[in-house]
Amino acid sequence: MIRFDRVGKRYPPGADALSDLSFEVAEGQMVVVSGHSGAGKSTLLKLIAAVEKPSSGTVLVGGLNLGGLARSALPYLRRRIGIVFQDQKLLFDRNVFDNVMLPLSIAGFPPRDAAQRVRAALDKVGLASREKALPIMLSGGEQQRLAIARAVVNRPSLLLADEPTAHLDRETAMDVARIFTEFHHVGVTVLIATYANELFPATRHLRLDHGKLLP
Amino acid sequence: MRVWLAHHLDATRRALRKLAAAPINTLLFLLAIGVALALPAVGQMLLANASHLTDSTPSAPQISVFMTHGAETRAVAEVEGRLRKHAGVKQLRFLPKDETLTRLKKNPDLRDVINALPGNPFPDAFIVTPGDGSHAAMEGLAIEFRQWPKVEHVQLDSDWVRRLDALLKLGRTAVMLLAALLGCGLVAISFSIIRMQILTHRAEIEVSQLLGATEGYIRRPFLYYGVLLGSGGGFVAWLLVGAVALWLQGPLSELAHLYDLTFELQTLNLRDSALLLGLSATLGWCGAMVSLRQQLGKFR
Repeated sequence: MIRFDRVGKRYPPGADALSDLSFEVAEGQMVVVSGHSGAGKSTLLKLIAAVEKPSSGTVLVGGLNLGGLARSALPYLRRRIGIVFQDQKLLFDRNVFDNVMLPLSIAGFPPRDAAQRVRAALDKVGLASREKALPIMLSGGEQQRLAIARAVVNRPSLLLADEPTAHLDRETAMDVARIFTEFHHVGVTVLIATYANELFPATRHLRLDHGKLLP
Repeated sequence: MRVWLAHHLDATRRALRKLAAAPINTLLFLLAIGVALALPAVGQMLLANASHLTDSTPSAPQISVFMTHGAETRAVAEVEGRLRKHAGVKQLRFLPKDETLTRLKKNPDLRDVINALPGNPFPDAFIVTPGDGSHAAMEGLAIEFRQWPKVEHVQLDSDWVRRLDALLKLGRTAVMLLAALLGCGLVAISFSIIRMQILTHRAEIEVSQLLGATEGYIRRPFLYYGVLLGSGGGFVAWLLVGAVALWLQGPLSELAHLYDLTFELQTLNLRDSALLLGLSATLGWCGAMVSLRQQLGKFR
């Protein structure tokens, strides 16, 4: 599913965020990427989602070499990946329903099918009764669940999450972790960058330290 | 095909939503565009009406040849014969002095004056349509005709029509220049409005890109927004032209009546209306396109 081969990422003016990183993630795995702040967890996820390009090495996702991917092909790759961003990136001028509808509108789903999918996704994360609410009216945990609903509404085969339990209390964080686990149980490959690795029953751990993979 | 149609419908919906989100702003934008477009459109309407007026007058260049008062029939016949044989004469019409008198007596304003005259004051005359209507050729013919015996006066007609034609040509050029300048203005207005829209929707654009939106998906609502603004402004301009025509109709009819004419000011015809709407929509699209090219590059 995912293959990193001697991948390096250097940001100007020359700081190495990742260096010489090689690993593979098989389909259906639930991988927790842990490490201290600045270890390179977010950069790793950005490389998988093709938000960033590697400075060296090869990143393969679903058999596609992301380094050589044409700009016009990027949107179609991203539609196959569900992403929960660290800062959630919710649209605060749209209600819960419309936020989750966005990936389906982008993918050109017929409105009726899309609405069914949106309601199913909201139901899955426990926000079915809040579809008319604006994100500002939601609690931190609800906003995080909304971000998850938007990430999974396209039924992606790969789900990426960057610090999905940050700023949440323990109970809410466990709720969020449970949702990811449920997706993993239905065959979705899940990669979570987190400092709270004990919350996730991962099948595999990747530990990063200063951009390098620890054994 | 269904996905393509769904995308376009969705883009139209989003563009309309953007327009409806700030109705006062939208109205002011439409008014600004409408007024800018109305100026050349009103010019075009007035020119079209003036052209119509000159088209209905005999604009073919003519020369009037007046015989001396009391010229004998033989002398008139000789001049007629010369004119008929002349290679430079295309058409010839003889106006006998009696016919001129009868025609003028029919005019109620002139009837009393004519009746008060002791005899027929008018000479026999010929209306000549030359083969070559150029001013130089006509001048040449006039000089030649003036030298013939019993020819009193030769007058070049239709000079005023030519002058009016030249003025209309100048007017058309001025309208074209004005339209080009204000068209550039419309592109600039559309450019800034779309730029503002892009900056306002920056978060939405960035999130959409991360969720797999294509360039087309992101551009489309802004392009439609530009087209809707342009064509909306064009429609406002069309309404303004209609209002101006309605407003001018009264005074112009009054003026025409003073010259014993009936004149109805025509507003833009179907072709010009379609041109106005099509052009305004295209200019709105152009402004949006330029703005998108410049702004979206910054988001990559």
